[in-house]
Amino acid sequence: MTMHSKKEAWQSFLLVSPSLLAVAIFVYGFIGWTGRVSLSRWTGLLPDFTWVGLENYRKLFGDARFQIDIRNTVLFTAVFVLGALLLGLFEALLLDQGVKGEAFFRNLFLFPLAISYIVTGVVWRWLMNPASGTRLSGLNLLFERLGLHFLINDWYTTPFWGIVFIAIPAIWQMSGFTMAIYLAGLRAVPDELREAARVDGASEWQIYTRIVLPLLRPVTLSALIILGHMSLKVFDLILAVAGKQLALDVPAVYMWQTTFDGNFYGQGAAIAMLLLLSVAVLIVPYIWYTLRAEEEA
Amino acid sequence: MKRGRLVRGLTYAALILLSLFYLLPIYVMLVTSLKGFDEVSLKTMWDLPRVIRFDNFIAAYQKLSPHLWNSLNMVLPAAVLSSILGSLNGYVLAKWRFRGANIIFPLILFGIFIPYQSILIPLVQFVTRLNGGSGLVGLVLAHVVYGLPITTLTFRNYFAGVPKEMVEAAKMDGAGLLQIYWSIFLPISIPAFVVVLIWQFTQAWNDFLFAVVLTEPAYWPMTVALNNMAGSQIVAWNVQMAGSFLTALPTLLVYIFLGQYFLRGMMAGALKG
Repeated sequence: MTMHSKKEAWQSFLLVSPSLLAVAIFVYGFIGWTGRVSLSRWTGLLPDFTWVGLENYRKLFGDARFQIDIRNTVLFTAVFVLGALLLGLFEALLLDQGVKGEAFFRNLFLFPLAISYIVTGVVWRWLMNPASGTRLSGLNLLFERLGLHFLINDWYTTPFWGIVFIAIPAIWQMSGFTMAIYLAGLRAVPDELREAARVDGASEWQIYTRIVLPLLRPVTLSALIILGHMSLKVFDLILAVAGKQLALDVPAVYMWQTTFDGNFYGQGAAIAMLLLLSVAVLIVPYIWYTLRAEEEA
Repeated sequence: MKRGRLVRGLTYAALILLSLFYLLPIYVMLVTSLKGFDEVSLKTMWDLPRVIRFDNFIAAYQKLSPHLWNSLNMVLPAAVLSSILGSLNGYVLAKWRFRGANIIFPLILFGIFIPYQSILIPLVQFVTRLNGGSGLVGLVLAHVVYGLPITTLTFRNYFAGVPKEMVEAAKMDGAGLLQIYWSIFLPISIPAFVVVLIWQFTQAWNDFLFAVVLTEPAYWPMTVALNNMAGSQIVAWNVQMAGSFLTALPTLLVYIFLGQYFLRGMMAGALKG
């Protein structure tokens, strides 16, 4: 690092200080404030900071709705993350075969990323219309026309497993992202490595399973963390597909409803803090690891 | 050789099947939007329109047009302001690292990933005081402030690639901090500006959470208005489809024309510069 004069050091700090101040207040100050609200009795429109300790958290873990939220988050995360990883990897492997029209397919797999979850949700809500009999529509209608009757189902209204179907539009939207980083990862595998293996008599299958896929492990880890933290935060997609249904509830929706519809600020803040904690567990090590790798490079 | 051709055939078959999966929602959205009211029925939702009519688009536009303007009025200043600030921050963090910058930078980065629920209660209180609960100022402010972490990161990574000799040489010539930014860094950062502007535009346009808690119905942007339209039983599904298409169109156009830049913004968001 080059040496800077004292004046320059001050100037540079002054230049970033408005932003630093904004982040300090709006991110960390506000998180602290939410934390304080989560330890208060505040219910109703007027702030009430009466200290109740961990009462709000204790109540949440005994709350039937929050149990549903945790179950839904786990189910959704498992299906969404695994689905987006596998589909993205599959697409990247297909595109890595030197196919014609690669750019076309790549762009096609990627475009849903540019669309709002609300749009995705509203359209998939009609595609996954659970109505039956003469009111059959959406994908169920398509399945019937194609003679695939066994695929006709209740979608997100299926008891217990409903949330799993919300993962389908989420995968539709995000699999392009995993495809893109896997493809970049595949392109980074040196050709010499594959050549050398071929010379040693390895089959194409062996080259993939023994050489290429192990090299993609860091990519998988990044994708896992990014998708995982997104899935903990899932909010607008669920609202747009299904509205506020208890069976499809997740912490982000619960927080929003209990705080702004129900005025249970203490409880809402507690949910928000737990959500933050779960995201931090994934993201903090990721940031630390990424910055260290960058310094070593 | 024969086996090779089989594998090729299967590869293309798989790619085409996958393409259908991605196109399915777009197909339904477009086909429905282009039918006349007389032709619209859930029974025929997969059929092509017999006659192309714009009834649905007109109905959706009439409902959504004020919100279209709200979205534009909010997204443009939000994207521009957060990009300018991010560019200054990135410049300083890349080339003028002050004491403590190593600690501050990861703290800024964490701001990219936080669930916004964790700042929502104070934010709503703050914005209510700021603009008395109406208008778009609070929403713009939220998008600028919470956009800072990613805009800062993108510019910092971009400027990190500028050789420090250039800064040294400019200093020798007596140029100051701001002069160096203005004459060297700003002119070369057009590509980074495109990436960041597109990213912020898309994020703010597609946002729902901030908009729904920080604006009153008259100021709702497109996403909130569309969700509200879809949630009510009054607006027919075909109009919802046309509304969805109108809401998706601006960011889709950006993606179609500037896709590469969009992708780079996305990679930055995953800390994969």
